[in-house]
Amino acid sequence: MSGIVIATLVVGIIGLVIGIALVATGKKFYVETDPREEAVRECLPGNNCGACGFAGCDAVAAAIVKGEAFVNACPVGNMEMVEKISAIMGVKAGQAVKKIAVVRCAGSCEATHEKCNYVGINDCRAAVLSGISVWECDYGCLGFGSCVSACAMDAIHVENGVAKVDRTKCVGCGQCVKACPKGLIELVRADKKVAVRCSNRDKGAAVKKVCTAGCIGCKLCTKQCETGAITVDGNVAHIAYDKCIGCGKCAAKCPSKIIIEL
Amino acid sequence: MTSLIMIIVTTALVNNVVLSQFLGICSFLGVSRQMKASASLGGAVIFVITIASAVASLLYDFVLVPLDLTYLKTIVFILVIAALVQMVEMFLKKNSPAIYKALGIYLPLITTNCAVLGVALTNVQDGYNLVECVFSGFGTAVGYTVAIVLLAGIRGRIDEDAVPAPFRGAPIVLLCATLMAIAFMGFSGLS
Repeated sequence: MSGIVIATLVVGIIGLVIGIALVATGKKFYVETDPREEAVRECLPGNNCGACGFAGCDAVAAAIVKGEAFVNACPVGNMEMVEKISAIMGVKAGQAVKKIAVVRCAGSCEATHEKCNYVGINDCRAAVLSGISVWECDYGCLGFGSCVSACAMDAIHVENGVAKVDRTKCVGCGQCVKACPKGLIELVRADKKVAVRCSNRDKGAAVKKVCTAGCIGCKLCTKQCETGAITVDGNVAHIAYDKCIGCGKCAAKCPSKIIIEL
Repeated sequence: MTSLIMIIVTTALVNNVVLSQFLGICSFLGVSRQMKASASLGGAVIFVITIASAVASLLYDFVLVPLDLTYLKTIVFILVIAALVQMVEMFLKKNSPAIYKALGIYLPLITTNCAVLGVALTNVQDGYNLVECVFSGFGTAVGYTVAIVLLAGIRGRIDEDAVPAPFRGAPIVLLCATLMAIAFMGFSGLS
């Protein structure tokens, strides 16, 4: 019986001493932090995904309070979160719309063909460095999946030779954009449901030779667009999302079906 | 002096904490994705284990043994290690923000690293005195750092290789860790 009492007492006393020591250390080594930092940190998702480019949610909260990052620095959070942070920081929320990634290539295995049998390192960046043009189209998706390994959300996959984004899973962190050596992936506004899925800058005839799903620069889409949001620049259509109203008329008219409604 | 060097060699290589005692596997596999992160974690582990083994040894020799409460060592050591990591974190945050920033999230993570507790318990089992405990803790932590940095290097290479689909991700990492463990068995000839 006395053994139990002694054991309880000893562990209790050790706990008490440690507790007091911790409080004392906390007081002695207290570092003044901006109270807003804590408040901003509360609003953030808190899963430390690192998509913002900072070391974690604590780090981005500190950066926001110091003014080194914008209130919408967290690409994962929704509008509500940005509004809350804006309220703490005393700025207006502005335009923080959810963005998702779109792969600007539709060149599947049927549409275009492999020019050579690449057997090097199974990675897009390595394939680009090797200087070999793997597909007939030099601009398109290589399909080795550098973006797939960059994605922390399992939202992008190579299907039939071309990378495809799962819109339900994509959080718009932009990791795949950085990973793609061809610069094919673009972050677009999730609310405008059209996208151009080709990046080939060659003239129409040359495009047709290498890929059946390529933009031939026919400008039919620019004529359809009521707001003038589509321009054909360098033989490939481009949508200015700030003008786009998402009507989908361009997608309906596109002869090679590379402008699609998502 | 020779015995102290012997302790370091034994704990760092022969009885490597990860590869032959299988402690701290969680962070060994979890944080070995990037060389930089694993080196930071290694640094933090060296720091914490060295201090923790000294404090644990003092507490064991001067509190638990005189009171005949050695069976409480696991609970007491956990308490002390958790508190110690907190204090070290606060101290670093105030006095050397540079180290605090470099160790970042890894310092608090070590509270739950079983290698720290493992070292403290093994030390008292082997009947080491204070100085021996510090050296054994330091050696163990160096062994951990060596193992995790090596694995991070191997994983960097693996990412560039055409690994067969069923082995991609965790399986190939476990296989590598196994082969590393077999390689470290070679050090047992040293003792």
